[in-house]
Amino acid sequence: MKKKQENAMDWKKVSKRIRNDWLLYLLIIPVILWYVIFCYLPIAGGLSLSVRNFRFDEGIWTSPFVGLQHFQKMFADRNFMRAAGNTIIISLGRIAFQMPCAVMVAVFLNEIRNAKLKRTFQTVITFPHFISWVVLAGILSNIFGSSGIINQILTTLGMESISPITTASTFRPFIWISNIWKEIGWDSIIYLAAITSIDPGLYEAAEVDGAGRLQRIWHITLPGIKGTIAIMLILAIGQVMTNGSFDQIFNLYSSPVYQVGDTLDTYIFRESFITGGLNYGYSTAIGMFKSIIGVIMITVSNKIVTAIGENGLY
Amino acid sequence: MKKKKLKKYRITLYDIAIVVVFSMLALLTLYPFYNVLIMSLSNTVSVATHTPYLLPYAFDLTGYKTILQDIYFLKALLVSLFVTIVGTTVNMFLSVTGAYVLSKKELIGRKVLLTMILFTMLFSGGLVPTYMIVKGLGLINSIWVLVLPTAISTYYLIIMKNYFLNLPAGLLEAARLDGANEWKILWKVVIPISKPFIATFALFYSVERWNEWYNALLYINEKNLAPLQIYLREILVSLNTQLSTQAQQMISSTQKVSTTAVQMATIIITAVPILCVYPFLQKYFVNGIMVGGLKE
Repeated sequence: MKKKQENAMDWKKVSKRIRNDWLLYLLIIPVILWYVIFCYLPIAGGLSLSVRNFRFDEGIWTSPFVGLQHFQKMFADRNFMRAAGNTIIISLGRIAFQMPCAVMVAVFLNEIRNAKLKRTFQTVITFPHFISWVVLAGILSNIFGSSGIINQILTTLGMESISPITTASTFRPFIWISNIWKEIGWDSIIYLAAITSIDPGLYEAAEVDGAGRLQRIWHITLPGIKGTIAIMLILAIGQVMTNGSFDQIFNLYSSPVYQVGDTLDTYIFRESFITGGLNYGYSTAIGMFKSIIGVIMITVSNKIVTAIGENGLY
Repeated sequence: MKKKKLKKYRITLYDIAIVVVFSMLALLTLYPFYNVLIMSLSNTVSVATHTPYLLPYAFDLTGYKTILQDIYFLKALLVSLFVTIVGTTVNMFLSVTGAYVLSKKELIGRKVLLTMILFTMLFSGGLVPTYMIVKGLGLINSIWVLVLPTAISTYYLIIMKNYFLNLPAGLLEAARLDGANEWKILWKVVIPISKPFIATFALFYSVERWNEWYNALLYINEKNLAPLQIYLREILVSLNTQLSTQAQQMISSTQKVSTTAVQMATIIITAVPILCVYPFLQKYFVNGIMVGGLKE
């Protein structure tokens, strides 16, 4: 009895609060609607379609149910395994090469004493971040093309010409390096912000103790930003399967480099829209698989980081 | 004479080395853009045989003239301008109101909403289901498909929410006591005191809208509705099938337009607007405004 009364009380309170702040609730409705329509409906559709064989006359909700057949098929599909492997390798390469580069750029930018000079360098190297991969792919293909400047220099020097974008053995390094080129300035901002919050007193004390500048970097700057590095690492590991490389790879790759450059995202795209197989159920299942792995990975890596004593993401 | 309190540093080899390395990095960043620029300004036939290094090879504007002759270029430019202006407006309206409401701790269900919103950063329905939903809404080959599916960036929304959370509570409380409702407080108090912050996000959104190509690739197969990025993609892949007959005639009549110069000119035209807003952008991101993080 008493409990019922309490519930009624709560409901009264709730409705009073809603009536008081009704404008807030009205203003949030478009946002909620957007998330429902453009995020949660596709998620529901994805869960549904990944266990169905898509038929045009039936659509994503009622096509014939096939259970986990698509998920089983994946592991026997060599193209899928290849794409999954490539995705992981490209992601790991980014973590291994791009992250340390960004940390180094931040650390050494911070060593520049002239504030104006420091800012100028930062501004210049961050610029490509804001340019789309469509434009950048055009620029890079021009520079590395058969009559591009790189090959012209090589020929003048009497060396063999190269085509790193269309050669399988050089495609992945090309992807890594060109992404470093584009994102290094942007990536370093977060570390630079972390460095500025280090207590300057530490540096002064170290200087009094006779520590050199490299020693100060090693003993003060790097330990001072290790929390930030840990968080960026979790984020990167959580995104090993969805590394956001679609724009870059889709605009740069071609069939000769599929072997090393085809990722899950590009594979799903081709499987859905280009190959013409219209295997919508299958490609959706791959997408779901990717998302599920992503959620698991970010949860686990966050646990690990918290366990070793750093602040996690949540 | 001013007194110099600061200890005067001796410029060491270490300082010089760092500046030299960063100068090289800066050069490496800018040169590819510069190379494209001089190629776009070179006599187009020579470009095919001599790639210029430092200065345009036989200065010539035919590449630009050809593109400006192309009706599809002008259409693409209009589409991109529309999407950038209207898209950014929609982005800002939803993000500012959404972030403001989500910063209100008295909102019932706030935690649940935030969790649901954050979850979409990790989990998405994927390509085909999203395509089907968009198709179901009748947005295929509609210009609104370049506005609506990208109407909110969760990342920006969360950063803005964190910012509003840290606004001085007293200020808002004072407005409330004066009898202003939330809508008024948002427009008369919050937005005016957050102008630089909000301007930054408008710029970030507009850069995203200008650079948008993926949704256009998926949902638009009408040549008249292709934004500039897609137009450029087509130009880069196959110049001749993309250009209108008028521009094609220009190529055959002048006899000196090589595909490269036309392509390079299109690249430059597509990148220039970003270059124009960049000085304003960099003023803000350097201050670490984007480092709001995802933490509550």
